Amino acid sequence: MSTSAKMETRNMSFYYGESKALENISIAFQACRVTSLIGPSGCGKSTFLRTLNRMNDIIAGTRVEGEVLLDGRSIYDADVDVVDIRRRVGMVFQKPNPFPKTIFNDVAYGLRIRGLRNRTELYDRVEASLKAAAIWDEVKDRLNESALGLSGGQQQRVCIARALAVEPEVLLMDEPASALDPIATQKIEELIRALRDRYTIIIVTHNMQQAARISDETAFLYMGKLVEVGKTDMIFTKPSCRRTEDYITGRFG
Amino acid sequence: MERRKKRKLIEAGAFLIVRSAALVIVLSLAVVVGFILFHGASAVNWTFLTQPPREAMTAGGIFPAILGTLYLTAGAILVAFPAGVASAVYLSEYAREGRLVRIVRLAINNLAGVPSVVFGLFGLALFVVFFKFGSSILSGSLTLGLLILPVIIGASEEALKAVPRTYREASLALGATRWQMIHRVVLPAAFPGILTATILGIGRAAGETAPIMFTAAAFYTARLPTSIFDEVMALPYHIYVLATAGTHIEQTRPLQYATALVLIALVLAVNLVAILLRARMRRRRMS
Repeated sequence: MSTSAKMETRNMSFYYGESKALENISIAFQACRVTSLIGPSGCGKSTFLRTLNRMNDIIAGTRVEGEVLLDGRSIYDADVDVVDIRRRVGMVFQKPNPFPKTIFNDVAYGLRIRGLRNRTELYDRVEASLKAAAIWDEVKDRLNESALGLSGGQQQRVCIARALAVEPEVLLMDEPASALDPIATQKIEELIRALRDRYTIIIVTHNMQQAARISDETAFLYMGKLVEVGKTDMIFTKPSCRRTEDYITGRFG
Repeated sequence: MERRKKRKLIEAGAFLIVRSAALVIVLSLAVVVGFILFHGASAVNWTFLTQPPREAMTAGGIFPAILGTLYLTAGAILVAFPAGVASAVYLSEYAREGRLVRIVRLAINNLAGVPSVVFGLFGLALFVVFFKFGSSILSGSLTLGLLILPVIIGASEEALKAVPRTYREASLALGATRWQMIHRVVLPAAFPGILTATILGIGRAAGETAPIMFTAAAFYTARLPTSIFDEVMALPYHIYVLATAGTHIEQTRPLQYATALVLIALVLAVNLVAILLRARMRRRRMS
């Protein structure tokens, strides 16, 4: 476990009321790497992801134990502003969730809530974000139309652009392609590979091939516990745990 | 074979009953409106709409009452809309279920169940007498505002709750504060529903008689109000007066129906404007 981890959890457990959803998870995410979280449904992948930007805070009765560190500082400390954390740790959701606004206003949302008013600067940053999300050419002539008129894959890339617009350091992705068709999925995967240079990306996926294709590291979660984490090619070729092997070879899950 | 026949018969019977029930509603409305139209339409003309009553209210128009009802309704909305929407936001977005929320909800439900004449007496005691606003547009608007508050809170809360969770999550995940999320994403998305709540409130406020009887409505005044401390005539109260308290009840029947017709038309017109506005907003959002 290196000290240069961008993000890290130490002995982190998570509770929904009395029931323990995550148990004692210690894992480090290196800067500018893609890490996949894999595991069967209900194993806690999404819950884990949402502890990293404190999205679970909005659910009543949840509790975190242990530490979650961003650049070595705990994000759950009392003096930490949750809004600040979410600005540094962006998130893309499973289902594309554009706002009922125009594409421009959608992507500009995060910038505006930070107080950016200058029209030219807003435009430049919206354009740069849409380009970074590889959707600019498809939407540049319809920035004043609603994103709801786009295809699911396009919507998801607009949502990625929206997350990128505020220049997060870490990008969390919760099965970002699971609601999309194969071609749209391929585009999202290409995009993730392209984004790796600038962002620390943590992605939850159900799709093992996807994890193998896009990630540098892979972590296998099972029943709220971290079973194994390592280089993706190692996990997929020589997993050290029997359970991991069973899962990736499709014997269960 | 016999069982199949029986099953079909029951099916047809059930369908007939539920469909009839639905038709009865349409029919009731048609009869009410038709009846009022039949008896009142002939008395509605330009003079009726633009002149004050004359000759002990047996002739002339109802202009002061139209104006009064518009003022009172607008005043009630001015009172109830901000307070109602704010309460709904608190209940739906900020409050966590607990004792305070239970008390607030209980209060709202009970407020909704209070008979309107009690609101009238309450308004009389508090606004007219205690605050010394007198019988005035101000007192009447405040009283009507309280009356429609539960309607606006209830429907606004529904509208807020119907905003998808994904909007909220997307907004928070981008680093929005709760308030930024509410006023930039949740409220705009809920606005068509909140507007519907307001329409309901307008209809209710415009039609009530008892709450304004002691707090705002004048039996007769040809003078138009010049400030919020003036008494006004109002359409529902005018109908009540003509139908029960006048000396020429039979003679003024057409005027009573005509006044009712104007009241209904007024409410429908306001509703229509709000519905068109809502449709336009929805279209713009979807395009």
